[in-house]
Amino acid sequence: MSSVSTRPACKPADYKSDLKPIWCPGCGDSHVLMSFTRAFAQLGLAPEKVAVISGIGCSSRIPAYTNCYGFHGVHGRSLALAAGLKVTRPDLTVVVASGDGDGYSIGGNHFLHACRRNIDMTYVVMDNRIYGMTKGQPSPTTEPEFDTALTPGGTGVAPFHPLVVALASGANFIARCFSGEPNETADVLAEAIKHPGFSFIEILSPCVTFRPDEKEWKDQVRPAAVPATNDQGKAARRLMTDDGFNLGILYRGDRVPFQAAVAAGASDTDLSELEKDFEL
Amino acid sequence: MGASPSISIAIVGSGGAGALTTVNSLLEAASAAGWHGLFTRTMGPQIRGGEAAGLLRLAVHPVECLPDQFDLIIGIDWLNAHRFGGEIKAGPQTLVVSDPRGGEPLPMVAQSGARVVEIPMKEIAKSIKDGRPNMIALGIASRLLGLSIEQVFVPIAKRLAEKGAEAIKASRDGIKAGFDAAAGIDFDAQLAAPNPSDTRRWLLSGNEATALGAIRGGVRFAAAYPITPATEILEWLAPSLAKIGGVLLQAEDELAAINMIIGSSYGGTPALTATSGPGLSLMIEALGLATAAEIPVVVVDVMRGGPSTGIPTKSEQTDLNIAIYGLHGEAPHLVLAPQSVGDCLFTTQWATYLAETLQAPTIVLSDQFMGQSRAAIERPADVAFIGARTVASNISGTYKRYALGSNGVSPMAIPGTPGCQYTADGLTHAETGTPTSGAADHLAQLDKRRDKLDHFNFGDHWASVEGTGDLALITWGSLTGAAREAAGRAAADGFDVRVIAPRLLAPVQPERLAAALEGVKRILVVEQTHSGQFHRYLRAHYDLPAPVRVFNRPGPLPITAGEIHRAITDWR
Repeated sequence: MSSVSTRPACKPADYKSDLKPIWCPGCGDSHVLMSFTRAFAQLGLAPEKVAVISGIGCSSRIPAYTNCYGFHGVHGRSLALAAGLKVTRPDLTVVVASGDGDGYSIGGNHFLHACRRNIDMTYVVMDNRIYGMTKGQPSPTTEPEFDTALTPGGTGVAPFHPLVVALASGANFIARCFSGEPNETADVLAEAIKHPGFSFIEILSPCVTFRPDEKEWKDQVRPAAVPATNDQGKAARRLMTDDGFNLGILYRGDRVPFQAAVAAGASDTDLSELEKDFEL
Repeated sequence: MGASPSISIAIVGSGGAGALTTVNSLLEAASAAGWHGLFTRTMGPQIRGGEAAGLLRLAVHPVECLPDQFDLIIGIDWLNAHRFGGEIKAGPQTLVVSDPRGGEPLPMVAQSGARVVEIPMKEIAKSIKDGRPNMIALGIASRLLGLSIEQVFVPIAKRLAEKGAEAIKASRDGIKAGFDAAAGIDFDAQLAAPNPSDTRRWLLSGNEATALGAIRGGVRFAAAYPITPATEILEWLAPSLAKIGGVLLQAEDELAAINMIIGSSYGGTPALTATSGPGLSLMIEALGLATAAEIPVVVVDVMRGGPSTGIPTKSEQTDLNIAIYGLHGEAPHLVLAPQSVGDCLFTTQWATYLAETLQAPTIVLSDQFMGQSRAAIERPADVAFIGARTVASNISGTYKRYALGSNGVSPMAIPGTPGCQYTADGLTHAETGTPTSGAADHLAQLDKRRDKLDHFNFGDHWASVEGTGDLALITWGSLTGAAREAAGRAAADGFDVRVIAPRLLAPVQPERLAAALEGVKRILVVEQTHSGQFHRYLRAHYDLPAPVRVFNRPGPLPITAGEIHRAITDWR
């Protein structure tokens, strides 16, 4: 977290834009939007000091529904765009929103390197285990037997394990939330924003249109039985053996966040020192 | 034979033998003495080992192209030199100094009628403690070029300062031995005395000039993914940006690099990345995003032979099509091309200024030849092109990021500005930035993005136009130097030739080219491509009011001034 406003505190509604969200009725992402605005209000962030960055997909519509600065970029590249923003504007609070297709498939490589780079920002992936916007194709987190038009009879391919990948790649904060619990999710999001370095939250966010079975998630999720650890070994064991429905902060690391190299006494205007390189 | 305004030397040696260091030292010594010079290296695809050659042309005037043939070729080793033998042209006037233990000179050299003198450089080196054959070659070259031992020793001593007194002494002894061994060799070519200069000359590569131009233009963030032959831009920027409070981020791939600079620029910090053809291919989608969302960014493409991995270490002008036409949808953006090592600085600075001013992505098409050549040039002048973006502040009422207005450039809110929050979007949007698929908004924003480029006055920098003859040479990029030299030779024959080289390739400037072509009777298009991309581009966008001939050839061999001169002479 980088900025706290000195103005009268904003209410969650102050972080919402006038746009009416275009999500299916019952979509988990609507609740995630509530969690965003509640977390920002909880932290007292000035809306103009928050940037919400996304790629393409249902979840990536979220920036325009906030009253913050936003960027709705190309498919899969939100983390890279956010990295360029945050290292040049460390004063901003940068939150990246993605989905399981955008974040784990086309954007998978950037996920690994964003964890590794550990820039101080928060990455929220709304996981519904399906491509919703293109009407129901399997994503990297879809179960192998799930039948779709693109993969009749299922993919036969084991799903990706994002939390384990995040841990192995160096993410500094790992949590799982459920969209149906917007207050709990807002609390975790606020913690993630405050935590230095790269924070990753997977939010189970049902797609009621193409995955009506995910309505059952509300009965399957539970608060994690043990508190967050800062021990990578313990976290690895815990995440590897987890059934995907334990909620809460699961890992809190203490890696030092990325710091841009700046030479002492750097001047923005005097280029003569640089030009000396070339003088005969 | 009298003093010549220009003299050229090639040194061939096995990789790691130091042929390139030798030529670089010659360039530095000659530059310090007041001559201009251009040094290019050529080698096979290996990183270590194999053969390498340093090609150097020294002159009393600025040098922007290689010679038709070399006056002096020193072969320490010839073993695998056939890989690039086509670049080392010899003639009957050429003197070849060859080590008898380094194999036979290249057939092309041997058959050219060149005079061959044998000097056992390796054997002489062995007689010196820690002696190296390349220092013998340096001594030979210095004597034949009329440089003193002291003059060539200065850059070597500087380079070896950290290696200690013994290494320095070994080098000095080697240079002296080579200098002595060249006594009595008859070499007629003599370089005319240099023109005095008031200012301290600069010695730099086109890639370094590109990087400095970006910084002069206001770039304070770079994203970097290594690729031959562009990496030196990024490697120079890394420490340099840190010194002035900027940041360089190494990206995981070119997709990340282009998106990182979009993020930086969105946040208000002018940004650049540098790549070559394969990387540009990966960046194209996000360049469309920068066009739609109106985010200024600069992408330098140091062109190499393509398609695919192609010839990474050799120059070609074949990324013209992708730079201009590669983006899907209607995506007006800028494409600029520098014309020489020194012009890499100006053009990249101008590109940064234009990107920032017009809130549009800008591609700079440099190439391997000028990017990786080092040249001794006059210090490029300071120009006033420093990015000044139109930003939003103190907005009353609803802020419209993409407001329609007279010139198409709308104030851009920088995050942190209260009351101007908006979402930048690649989706078709209304003036506020709100996504829409309505016909009216789509058309209005397409018009806006087209008009802001079309209505801008790019001024005289759009091209270099020289001469008044009724035969016009139209070329671009690093071929401009060879074209100018060919025109100079034609002028010496009493035949005036006009040379027109656009620096601004997009948006096109039909009225300006029409003015530049007024009165021409013949048009000779010169380009380093296989299919004539530049000719087709000219045909698509410009009136060419006279018969046209095209002289084109793909890489890897450079197109020489002599070849262009012949093409002119053939059409007189």
